[in-house]
Amino acid sequence: MTSSMPARLDDIWVYLSAQPLLWLAATLAAYLLGDWLYRRSGERAAVNAVAIAIMLLIGLLELTGTGYAQYFEGAQFVHFMLGPAVVALAVPLYHNRKAIRQALLPIAAALAAGALTAVVSALVIAHALGASSETLASLAPKSATAPIAMGVAERIGGLPSLTAGLVILTGILGAVFATPLLGAFGIREPKATGFALGLTSHGIGTARAFQVDESAGAFAAIALALTGLALALLAPPLTVLFR
Amino acid sequence: MVHAIATLLIFQLAGETLARLAGLPVPGPVLGLILLLLVFALRGAVPEALHRVSSAILRHLSLLFVPAGVGLVLQVARIRAEWEAIGAALVGSTALTLLVTAAVFRLLARRQLRNAP
Repeated sequence: MTSSMPARLDDIWVYLSAQPLLWLAATLAAYLLGDWLYRRSGERAAVNAVAIAIMLLIGLLELTGTGYAQYFEGAQFVHFMLGPAVVALAVPLYHNRKAIRQALLPIAAALAAGALTAVVSALVIAHALGASSETLASLAPKSATAPIAMGVAERIGGLPSLTAGLVILTGILGAVFATPLLGAFGIREPKATGFALGLTSHGIGTARAFQVDESAGAFAAIALALTGLALALLAPPLTVLFR
Repeated sequence: MVHAIATLLIFQLAGETLARLAGLPVPGPVLGLILLLLVFALRGAVPEALHRVSSAILRHLSLLFVPAGVGLVLQVARIRAEWEAIGAALVGSTALTLLVTAAVFRLLARRQLRNAP
């Protein structure tokens, strides 16, 4: 790393930095540290584990002069799990089928209205302010859970890494402002609040909803999975309209 | 556990194949999710091991997007050039989506309650 280091440490660094192990371990350690800080803060949505981990790792890459491609050699093992994780959403969706059936009408209507609003409002605002077409395609699926959003962005000509960042920012914004914003409009019902959190802010919003109460959390989980599906279908055709 | 992981991977593979065969713009894993949901509905149950493995993965869902998020380093120039559009779209769209979703949900949930016998 630096010339002041003993030669042997230098050799070890050269060896380790060429192996996937180093950045795989660093990714997990950075996340665990972020998660620890989140819990230490009393689970405040603004202290987001993922945002902390990303900033830490970007700093480390800068410090050590490591390129993203080399980082990804190690991190790809974590990244790979995104696909199986999306498939795994079938389990909570199936377990919540009774709650879904009982509130079928509110769920279907809120899903349609919310998913349309999420995509169209982002596209209209960004388009009006002169965003490029790659940026538009990266913004369109931002309310979906990250693995789905990134898959959609990739398919419609967006940049998956930009989408990942936008998804996380959307998650944090929604989690921090949902209850004060909805409260200001007189909406305090846990199910409606939870569903809006899960739809808008995916997993980060769902974690916030579970702090409101159990039913808010359950409806957020339903919204998280359904929104992923809805945006996978809605975002591509709507984005084409803004090209 | 191996069985459960294999199940998730095989459904993802089936989804990827189907997406490409049919030329659908939907990500392969999303089709895998739908296929797995259909199988649950047909069998009427979720295997215990699959339930455990899925919960374990979903509890740490957010860890999985760290590598892609670090990829933001490749997008610094774009964000700097388009930060007004990106920032306004994120804040405006997040607020609107929360309000519209919660308002529509509440409206229909109340109507359903009123119409219930």
